[in-house]
Amino acid sequence: MNDAALIWSYLASQPLLWLTATLAAYWAGDTIFRASGRRSIANPVLIAVVILAVVLGISGTAYQTYFEGAQFVHFMLGPATVCLGLPLYDNLRRIRRAALPVIAALFVGSLTAVVSALLIGRAFGLDRSLMASLAPKSTTAPVAIGIAESLGGQPTLAAVLVLLTGIFGAVIATPLLNALRVTDWRARGFAVGVAAHGIGTARAFQVNETAGAFAGIGMGLNAVLTAILAPLVLSLF
Amino acid sequence: MIPALTIILSFQLIGEVASRGLGLPLPGPVVGLVLLVLCCVLRPELAEKLRGVAQGLLGHLSLFFVPAGVGVIAHLPTLAQHGIGLALALVGSTVLAIAAGALTFAAVARMTGAGDE
Repeated sequence: MNDAALIWSYLASQPLLWLTATLAAYWAGDTIFRASGRRSIANPVLIAVVILAVVLGISGTAYQTYFEGAQFVHFMLGPATVCLGLPLYDNLRRIRRAALPVIAALFVGSLTAVVSALLIGRAFGLDRSLMASLAPKSTTAPVAIGIAESLGGQPTLAAVLVLLTGIFGAVIATPLLNALRVTDWRARGFAVGVAAHGIGTARAFQVNETAGAFAGIGMGLNAVLTAILAPLVLSLF
Repeated sequence: MIPALTIILSFQLIGEVASRGLGLPLPGPVVGLVLLVLCCVLRPELAEKLRGVAQGLLGHLSLFFVPAGVGVIAHLPTLAQHGIGLALALVGSTVLAIAAGALTFAAVARMTGAGDE
Protein backbone atom coordinates (compact mmCIF):
# COMPACT_ATOMS: atom_id res chain seq x y z
CA MET A 1 0.00 0.00 0.00
CA ASN A 2 1.49 3.37 -0.93
CA ASP A 3 1.34 6.54 1.14
CA ALA A 4 -1.52 8.14 -0.75
CA ALA A 5 -3.70 5.09 -0.17
CA LEU A 6 -2.79 5.09 3.53
CA ILE A 7 -3.68 8.76 3.87
CA TRP A 8 -6.96 8.17 2.00
CA SER A 9 -7.92 5.22 4.18
CA TYR A 10 -7.24 7.37 7.26
CA LEU A 11 -9.27 10.30 5.94
CA ALA A 12 -12.12 8.03 4.82
CA SER A 13 -12.52 6.77 8.40
CA GLN A 14 -12.58 10.23 10.02
CA PRO A 15 -15.27 12.94 10.03
CA LEU A 16 -12.75 15.67 9.14
CA LEU A 17 -12.74 15.15 5.37
CA TRP A 18 -16.49 15.27 4.71
CA LEU A 19 -17.11 17.96 7.28
CA THR A 20 -14.56 20.16 5.51
CA ALA A 21 -15.96 19.20 2.11
CA THR A 22 -19.50 20.17 3.20
CA LEU A 23 -18.37 23.61 4.36
CA ALA A 24 -16.21 24.11 1.27
CA ALA A 25 -19.05 23.12 -1.09
CA TYR A 26 -21.43 25.51 0.67
CA TRP A 27 -18.81 28.27 0.58
CA ALA A 28 -18.47 27.71 -3.17
CA GLY A 29 -22.27 27.75 -3.56
CA ASP A 30 -22.60 30.93 -1.53
CA THR A 31 -19.78 32.61 -3.50
CA ILE A 32 -21.46 31.74 -6.80
CA PHE A 33 -24.79 32.95 -5.39
CA ARG A 34 -23.27 36.34 -4.44
CA ALA A 35 -21.33 36.61 -7.71
CA SER A 36 -24.59 36.05 -9.62
CA GLY A 37 -26.10 39.11 -7.91
CA ARG A 38 -28.19 36.92 -5.53
CA ARG A 39 -30.21 35.39 -8.34
CA SER A 40 -32.61 32.77 -6.98
CA ILE A 41 -31.57 30.17 -9.58
CA ALA A 42 -28.03 30.16 -8.10
CA ASN A 43 -29.34 28.60 -4.86
CA PRO A 44 -26.38 27.88 -2.53
CA VAL A 45 -27.92 24.61 -1.21
CA LEU A 46 -28.52 23.35 -4.74
CA ILE A 47 -24.97 24.16 -5.85
CA ALA A 48 -23.43 22.58 -2.72
CA VAL A 49 -25.52 19.41 -3.10
CA VAL A 50 -24.55 19.02 -6.77
CA ILE A 51 -20.84 19.55 -6.01
CA LEU A 52 -20.89 17.02 -3.14
CA ALA A 53 -22.93 14.46 -5.10
CA VAL A 54 -20.41 14.62 -7.95
CA VAL A 55 -17.42 14.34 -5.56
CA LEU A 56 -18.99 11.38 -3.74
CA GLY A 57 -19.78 9.70 -7.06
CA ILE A 58 -16.25 10.14 -8.41
CA SER A 59 -14.56 9.03 -5.18
CA GLY A 60 -16.96 6.08 -4.79
CA THR A 61 -17.96 7.20 -1.30
CA ALA A 62 -21.21 5.89 0.20
CA TYR A 63 -23.73 8.40 1.58
CA GLN A 64 -23.42 6.70 4.99
CA THR A 65 -19.67 7.45 5.08
CA TYR A 66 -20.24 11.02 3.98
CA PHE A 67 -22.92 11.56 6.62
CA GLU A 68 -20.62 10.47 9.46
CA GLY A 69 -18.64 13.64 8.78
CA ALA A 70 -21.51 15.87 7.71
CA GLN A 71 -23.72 15.00 10.70
CA PHE A 72 -22.13 17.85 12.68
CA VAL A 73 -23.54 20.32 10.16
CA HIS A 74 -26.84 18.41 10.02
CA PHE A 75 -27.09 18.59 13.82
CA MET A 76 -27.14 22.40 13.70
CA LEU A 77 -30.61 22.25 12.05
CA GLY A 78 -32.08 21.70 15.54
CA PRO A 79 -30.58 24.74 17.32
CA ALA A 80 -31.20 26.87 14.20
CA THR A 81 -34.89 25.86 14.28
CA VAL A 82 -35.08 26.94 17.93
CA CYS A 83 -33.47 30.28 16.94
CA LEU A 84 -36.35 30.93 14.50
CA GLY A 85 -38.27 31.77 17.67
CA LEU A 86 -36.38 35.05 17.91
CA PRO A 87 -37.59 36.73 14.67
CA LEU A 88 -41.02 35.32 15.57
CA TYR A 89 -40.85 37.04 18.98
CA ASP A 90 -39.61 40.29 17.38
CA ASN A 91 -42.65 40.30 15.07
CA LEU A 92 -45.33 39.11 17.50
CA ARG A 93 -47.20 42.40 17.36
CA ARG A 94 -47.29 42.41 13.55
CA ILE A 95 -48.37 38.76 13.53
CA ARG A 96 -51.25 39.47 15.93
CA ARG A 97 -52.35 42.36 13.69
CA ALA A 98 -52.32 39.96 10.73
CA ALA A 99 -53.96 37.03 12.56
CA LEU A 100 -56.80 36.57 10.06
CA PRO A 101 -54.67 36.62 6.86
CA VAL A 102 -52.16 34.31 8.59
CA ILE A 103 -54.81 31.72 9.50
CA ALA A 104 -56.50 31.89 6.08
CA ALA A 105 -53.23 31.63 4.14
CA LEU A 106 -52.03 28.81 6.39
CA PHE A 107 -55.07 26.61 5.69
CA VAL A 108 -55.22 27.39 1.97
CA GLY A 109 -51.46 27.01 1.42
CA SER A 110 -51.06 23.87 3.49
CA LEU A 111 -54.09 22.11 2.01
CA THR A 112 -53.11 23.10 -1.55
CA ALA A 113 -49.60 21.69 -1.04
CA VAL A 114 -50.76 18.28 0.21
CA VAL A 115 -53.82 17.80 -2.03
CA SER A 116 -52.23 18.94 -5.30
CA ALA A 117 -49.08 16.85 -4.73
CA LEU A 118 -51.17 13.73 -4.09
CA LEU A 119 -53.50 14.40 -7.06
CA ILE A 120 -50.55 14.72 -9.43
CA GLY A 121 -48.85 11.71 -7.81
CA ARG A 122 -51.93 9.55 -8.28
CA ALA A 123 -52.25 10.64 -11.90
CA PHE A 124 -48.76 9.21 -12.44
CA GLY A 125 -49.61 5.99 -10.62
CA LEU A 126 -47.27 6.39 -7.65
CA ASP A 127 -47.65 3.56 -5.13
CA ARG A 128 -48.80 3.89 -1.51
CA SER A 129 -45.34 4.20 0.03
CA LEU A 130 -44.31 6.92 -2.45
CA MET A 131 -47.55 8.81 -1.83
CA ALA A 132 -46.97 8.67 1.95
CA SER A 133 -43.42 9.97 1.43
CA LEU A 134 -44.74 12.76 -0.81
CA ALA A 135 -47.62 13.99 1.38
CA PRO A 136 -45.54 15.91 3.99
CA LYS A 137 -43.00 17.38 1.54
CA SER A 138 -43.81 21.04 2.28
CA THR A 139 -43.02 20.76 5.99
CA THR A 140 -39.63 21.06 7.67
CA ALA A 141 -37.49 17.91 7.34
CA PRO A 142 -37.67 16.50 10.91
CA VAL A 143 -41.48 16.84 10.94
CA ALA A 144 -41.85 15.37 7.43
CA ILE A 145 -39.72 12.36 8.37
CA GLY A 146 -41.93 11.68 11.38
CA ILE A 147 -45.15 12.06 9.35
CA ALA A 148 -43.90 9.85 6.48
CA GLU A 149 -42.89 7.16 8.97
CA SER A 150 -46.29 7.10 10.66
CA LEU A 151 -48.06 6.92 7.25
CA GLY A 152 -46.00 3.99 5.98
CA GLY A 153 -43.71 6.01 3.71
CA GLN A 154 -39.92 5.97 3.38
CA PRO A 155 -38.40 8.47 5.84
CA THR A 156 -35.16 9.14 3.94
CA LEU A 157 -37.00 9.53 0.63
CA ALA A 158 -39.36 11.95 2.39
CA ALA A 159 -36.32 13.96 3.53
CA VAL A 160 -35.03 14.15 -0.05
CA LEU A 161 -38.45 15.24 -1.39
CA VAL A 162 -38.59 17.89 1.35
CA LEU A 163 -35.18 19.19 0.29
CA LEU A 164 -36.07 19.24 -3.40
CA THR A 165 -39.34 21.06 -2.62
CA GLY A 166 -37.46 23.63 -0.54
CA ILE A 167 -34.84 24.26 -3.21
CA PHE A 168 -37.45 24.52 -5.96
CA GLY A 169 -39.62 26.80 -3.81
CA ALA A 170 -36.65 29.05 -3.03
CA VAL A 171 -35.77 29.29 -6.72
CA ILE A 172 -39.30 29.89 -8.04
CA ALA A 173 -40.72 32.14 -5.27
CA THR A 174 -39.39 35.55 -6.39
CA PRO A 175 -40.24 35.26 -10.13
CA LEU A 176 -43.62 33.62 -9.34
CA LEU A 177 -44.69 36.23 -6.78
CA ASN A 178 -43.50 39.07 -9.03
CA ALA A 179 -45.59 37.63 -11.87
CA LEU A 180 -48.61 37.44 -9.55
CA ARG A 181 -47.94 41.06 -8.49
CA VAL A 182 -48.01 40.27 -4.76
CA THR A 183 -46.16 43.18 -3.15
CA ASP A 184 -47.00 42.60 0.54
CA TRP A 185 -43.74 41.20 2.03
CA ARG A 186 -45.75 39.48 4.76
CA ALA A 187 -47.84 37.58 2.19
CA ARG A 188 -44.80 36.70 0.07
CA GLY A 189 -42.76 35.42 3.01
CA PHE A 190 -45.59 33.58 4.71
CA ALA A 191 -46.60 31.66 1.57
CA VAL A 192 -43.00 30.62 0.91
CA GLY A 193 -42.56 29.43 4.51
CA VAL A 194 -45.75 27.33 4.30
CA ALA A 195 -44.88 25.79 0.90
CA ALA A 196 -41.09 25.53 1.12
CA HIS A 197 -40.21 25.35 4.87
CA GLY A 198 -36.67 26.23 6.05
CA ILE A 199 -34.97 26.55 2.68
CA GLY A 200 -37.72 28.89 1.52
CA THR A 201 -37.37 30.76 4.82
CA ALA A 202 -33.60 31.07 4.37
CA ARG A 203 -34.23 32.47 0.90
CA ALA A 204 -36.87 34.87 2.23
CA PHE A 205 -34.40 36.22 4.81
CA GLN A 206 -31.95 36.92 1.96
CA VAL A 207 -34.57 38.99 0.16
CA ASN A 208 -36.31 40.90 2.94
CA GLU A 209 -36.30 40.87 6.78
CA THR A 210 -40.12 41.03 7.03
CA ALA A 211 -40.54 38.26 4.47
CA GLY A 212 -38.06 36.15 6.44
CA ALA A 213 -39.87 36.61 9.74
CA PHE A 214 -43.26 35.72 8.23
CA ALA A 215 -41.71 32.76 6.37
CA GLY A 216 -40.45 31.42 9.71
CA ILE A 217 -43.97 31.72 11.11
CA GLY A 218 -45.46 29.99 8.07
CA MET A 219 -42.98 27.15 8.39
CA GLY A 220 -43.63 26.67 12.11
CA LEU A 221 -47.42 26.76 11.80
CA ASN A 222 -47.44 24.46 8.78
CA ALA A 223 -45.32 21.91 10.65
CA VAL A 224 -48.21 21.62 13.13
CA LEU A 225 -51.01 21.70 10.56
CA THR A 226 -49.46 19.16 8.15
CA ALA A 227 -48.97 16.70 11.00
CA ILE A 228 -52.78 16.81 11.37
CA LEU A 229 -53.82 17.25 7.69
CA ALA A 230 -51.54 14.80 5.86
CA PRO A 231 -52.99 11.58 7.38
CA LEU A 232 -56.56 12.83 6.77
CA VAL A 233 -55.92 13.80 3.15
CA LEU A 234 -53.93 10.64 2.39
CA SER A 235 -56.79 8.48 3.67
CA LEU A 236 -59.00 9.95 0.89
CA PHE A 237 -56.61 8.71 -1.82
CA MET B 1 -21.33 32.86 22.80
CA ILE B 2 -21.18 29.86 25.17
CA PRO B 3 -24.03 31.06 27.45
CA ALA B 4 -26.25 31.78 24.44
CA LEU B 5 -25.44 28.43 22.82
CA THR B 6 -26.11 26.61 26.09
CA ILE B 7 -29.51 28.31 26.44
CA ILE B 8 -30.44 27.52 22.81
CA LEU B 9 -29.44 23.85 23.17
CA SER B 10 -31.34 23.67 26.48
CA PHE B 11 -34.53 24.83 24.75
CA GLN B 12 -34.03 22.12 22.13
CA LEU B 13 -33.35 19.55 24.86
CA ILE B 14 -36.47 20.49 26.83
CA GLY B 15 -38.44 20.49 23.56
CA GLU B 16 -37.14 17.02 22.69
CA VAL B 17 -38.04 15.65 26.13
CA ALA B 18 -41.50 17.26 26.02
CA SER B 19 -42.14 16.04 22.46
CA ARG B 20 -41.25 12.44 23.24
CA GLY B 21 -42.51 12.39 26.82
CA LEU B 22 -45.94 13.81 25.97
CA GLY B 23 -46.18 12.14 22.53
CA LEU B 24 -46.67 15.50 20.75
CA PRO B 25 -46.99 15.50 16.93
CA LEU B 26 -44.29 18.23 16.81
CA PRO B 27 -40.56 17.46 16.76
CA GLY B 28 -38.37 18.66 19.65
CA PRO B 29 -36.81 21.72 17.97
CA VAL B 30 -40.25 23.12 17.03
CA VAL B 31 -41.44 22.67 20.64
CA GLY B 32 -38.20 24.42 21.69
CA LEU B 33 -39.02 27.27 19.29
CA VAL B 34 -42.47 27.74 20.84
CA LEU B 35 -41.03 27.64 24.38
CA LEU B 36 -38.36 30.19 23.41
CA VAL B 37 -41.02 32.64 22.17
CA LEU B 38 -43.02 32.21 25.41
CA CYS B 39 -39.92 32.76 27.57
CA CYS B 40 -38.93 35.87 25.56
CA VAL B 41 -42.41 37.31 26.15
CA LEU B 42 -42.04 36.72 29.90
CA ARG B 43 -38.37 37.81 30.06
CA PRO B 44 -37.54 40.24 27.18
CA GLU B 45 -33.86 40.39 28.28
CA LEU B 46 -33.53 36.73 27.17
CA ALA B 47 -34.05 37.79 23.53
CA GLU B 48 -31.20 40.30 23.77
CA LYS B 49 -28.89 37.71 25.36
CA LEU B 50 -29.44 35.28 22.47
CA ARG B 51 -29.62 37.75 19.60
CA GLY B 52 -25.99 37.67 18.41
CA VAL B 53 -25.62 33.89 18.27
CA ALA B 54 -29.15 33.37 16.94
CA GLN B 55 -28.57 35.80 14.06
CA GLY B 56 -25.26 34.07 13.30
CA LEU B 57 -27.00 30.67 13.07
CA LEU B 58 -29.96 31.98 11.05
CA GLY B 59 -27.59 33.74 8.67
CA HIS B 60 -26.33 30.31 7.60
CA LEU B 61 -29.60 28.42 7.82
CA SER B 62 -29.18 27.12 4.24
CA LEU B 63 -25.87 25.42 5.09
CA PHE B 64 -27.51 23.09 7.60
CA PHE B 65 -29.72 21.53 4.90
CA VAL B 66 -26.80 20.43 2.74
CA PRO B 67 -26.03 17.03 4.38
CA ALA B 68 -29.67 15.89 4.12
CA GLY B 69 -29.80 17.21 0.55
CA VAL B 70 -26.86 15.07 -0.48
CA GLY B 71 -29.06 12.10 0.55
CA VAL B 72 -30.55 12.43 -2.93
CA ILE B 73 -27.72 10.18 -4.19
CA ALA B 74 -29.01 7.29 -2.08
CA HIS B 75 -32.41 7.54 -3.80
CA LEU B 76 -31.33 7.95 -7.41
CA PRO B 77 -32.85 4.56 -8.49
CA THR B 78 -36.31 5.48 -7.08
CA LEU B 79 -36.06 8.99 -8.50
CA ALA B 80 -35.07 7.62 -11.92
CA GLN B 81 -37.98 5.16 -11.95
CA HIS B 82 -40.68 7.58 -10.77
CA GLY B 83 -38.86 10.79 -11.64
CA ILE B 84 -41.47 12.44 -13.85
CA GLY B 85 -44.39 11.84 -11.49
CA LEU B 86 -42.47 12.95 -8.41
CA ALA B 87 -40.95 15.97 -10.17
CA LEU B 88 -44.30 17.18 -11.52
CA ALA B 89 -45.95 16.62 -8.13
CA LEU B 90 -43.23 18.68 -6.39
CA VAL B 91 -43.11 21.44 -8.99
CA GLY B 92 -46.88 21.69 -9.50
CA SER B 93 -47.87 21.59 -5.85
CA THR B 94 -45.13 24.02 -4.77
CA VAL B 95 -46.12 26.61 -7.40
CA LEU B 96 -49.82 26.21 -6.53
CA ALA B 97 -49.20 26.36 -2.76
CA ILE B 98 -47.02 29.50 -2.92
CA ALA B 99 -49.48 31.23 -5.26
CA ALA B 100 -52.59 30.22 -3.27
CA GLY B 101 -51.01 31.11 0.08
CA ALA B 102 -49.71 34.52 -1.01
CA LEU B 103 -52.90 35.53 -2.84
CA THR B 104 -55.07 34.41 0.10
CA PHE B 105 -52.91 36.35 2.58
CA ALA B 106 -52.98 39.51 0.46
CA ALA B 107 -56.74 39.26 -0.21
CA VAL B 108 -57.71 38.63 3.42
CA ALA B 109 -55.36 41.40 4.60
CA ARG B 110 -57.10 43.80 2.23
CA MET B 111 -60.63 42.66 3.20
CA THR B 112 -60.00 42.84 6.96
CA GLY B 113 -57.86 45.95 6.74
CA ALA B 114 -55.00 44.15 8.50
CA GLY B 115 -52.36 46.57 7.28
CA ASP B 116 -48.75 46.50 8.34
CA GLU B 117 -47.14 49.01 10.72
